[in-house]
Amino acid sequence: MTNPAELIITPASDCSLIILFGEDDSLETQKKVFHYTHYLIDHPLNDILNIHPGYSSILISVNIAKRSIDSVQKELRNICINAEKIDLPESKLIKIPVLYGGEKGADIALVADFNDISIIDVIDLHSSGDYYVSFIGFTPGFPYISGLNPKLETPRLKTPRKHVPLGSVAIGGKQTGIYPSPSPGGWNLIGQSPLKIFDVNYPENALIKIGDRIEFYSIIESEFERLQLS
Amino acid sequence: MSIHVLKQGLQTTVQDLGRPGFAHLGISASGAADAFSIQIGNLLVGNEPNTAALEITITGGKYKFTTDSYIALSGSDFDAQIDGKTVANWTGVSIKKGQCLQVNKSLGGARCYLSVQGGIDVPILLNSRSTHLMTGLGGFDGCVLKKDYVLKIGHIVNKLTKITLINKQEMEQKLERKTIRVTKGLEGDWFNDDTWELFLNKNFRVSQSFSRMGIRLEGNTIQSTEGNEIMTQGISLGVVQIPGNGEPIISFVEHQTTGGYPRIANIISADFCKVGQLKPGDKFKFALVTIDQAEQLYKMQLKIIHNIAVS
Repeated sequence: MTNPAELIITPASDCSLIILFGEDDSLETQKKVFHYTHYLIDHPLNDILNIHPGYSSILISVNIAKRSIDSVQKELRNICINAEKIDLPESKLIKIPVLYGGEKGADIALVADFNDISIIDVIDLHSSGDYYVSFIGFTPGFPYISGLNPKLETPRLKTPRKHVPLGSVAIGGKQTGIYPSPSPGGWNLIGQSPLKIFDVNYPENALIKIGDRIEFYSIIESEFERLQLS
Repeated sequence: MSIHVLKQGLQTTVQDLGRPGFAHLGISASGAADAFSIQIGNLLVGNEPNTAALEITITGGKYKFTTDSYIALSGSDFDAQIDGKTVANWTGVSIKKGQCLQVNKSLGGARCYLSVQGGIDVPILLNSRSTHLMTGLGGFDGCVLKKDYVLKIGHIVNKLTKITLINKQEMEQKLERKTIRVTKGLEGDWFNDDTWELFLNKNFRVSQSFSRMGIRLEGNTIQSTEGNEIMTQGISLGVVQIPGNGEPIISFVEHQTTGGYPRIANIISADFCKVGQLKPGDKFKFALVTIDQAEQLYKMQLKIIHNIAVS
């Protein structure tokens, strides 16, 4: 349990504050981020515009036409004990089918070469990992997924792609992720999922949420096509 | 009750004051790039400040009205005309059924707003009518207005009083863009005194890479002493990030919600409207203020809007 007096809450600008939970991205630190994020969604503070969870922090933007950041800072300190006590929503296990390699995973050989393993090893290791969703950020619905096997860690591409196809499964440093919409991106593409994980018009219905656990499993092309149609 | 787009501009979108509340799902608020001007424009035609209007960027386009209406242009001067007759900025004007509003090229900053009494009627998505171009969300089909699009004008509800007298000089002063004020960012200490001096005393130039998502700056290279990456954290409107190449990026209304570059500074709330008026090639300097000063400056700006609303 965090001592409220020890929690670091500091102005980030004239209209935002940041809560810092630690210097690391350990599971313990991330748990605190989950708790506070859920608490702030379920019990919204007055005149808060947005909350932005990260690995070890939450940035909060405030409608300063209505309320000073000082008063939000004080209230955040007061909710601290309640926030850590709330029950988190059940962490769901989401199974993500992936067609690995080929055209849909154009960088899989690069990941294999960098780590001095075979493409089959990349698929086996990636689809046997135990992953959790640290937070959603960057672009709409983009899950930052932790728990990548260190044998798969691969630096980001030197030149990001201008267009990464929807559903691409990729590795960037020690993270893995799924591109929920076509966007630019600098991660190594290792495959593609036929699942629609996010519809920007219904963001609350996203398949993948902060705190969920993820399993990837390998599928063949005909299965990819079947799932894409369904 | 509609507006027919006869000629499209460079980037005209439907905007209001944005869509807060979804950053934890990766969706930034979007909304008018110059929230000051859109509010004044709406007040001029008797709308609530948060009413949807057209945000016009760099070049205007031509709009035919199929009904009598009352409109205002606010923000930068785009040399606009109704059937050949000049329309002044920051003033409400009547337009008759069948008449065309021609909005030319900006004579000043990047954007102007066309407010129409009753507002632009597009579906409300996640509590807002604003367009988020990067994700294709909201506004008119989530995209820029093109030739032949027909926009519905909203019904006039609770008509406010139209404002007739307004201090144009005060408005133009608000949008002056030679100096943009910042507060120190979360990684401000990653930059030494010499770098800060460079950051604050030399002109930056707005690059061609300029969008509602972010604005890249050129002219000076800013280097951190502590590296080029932070563990991914939240990014809010107006953060000035320094990527590895040393060229600052101002995150703007359609910004990504998290990022990994060090944040040297934040634009103050009172100057977001100036950033909305920056256009490629513009030169400006940053000036550092404290958070207390920034709060006072924002209060003064709110007062200007409030005084117009109650006049």
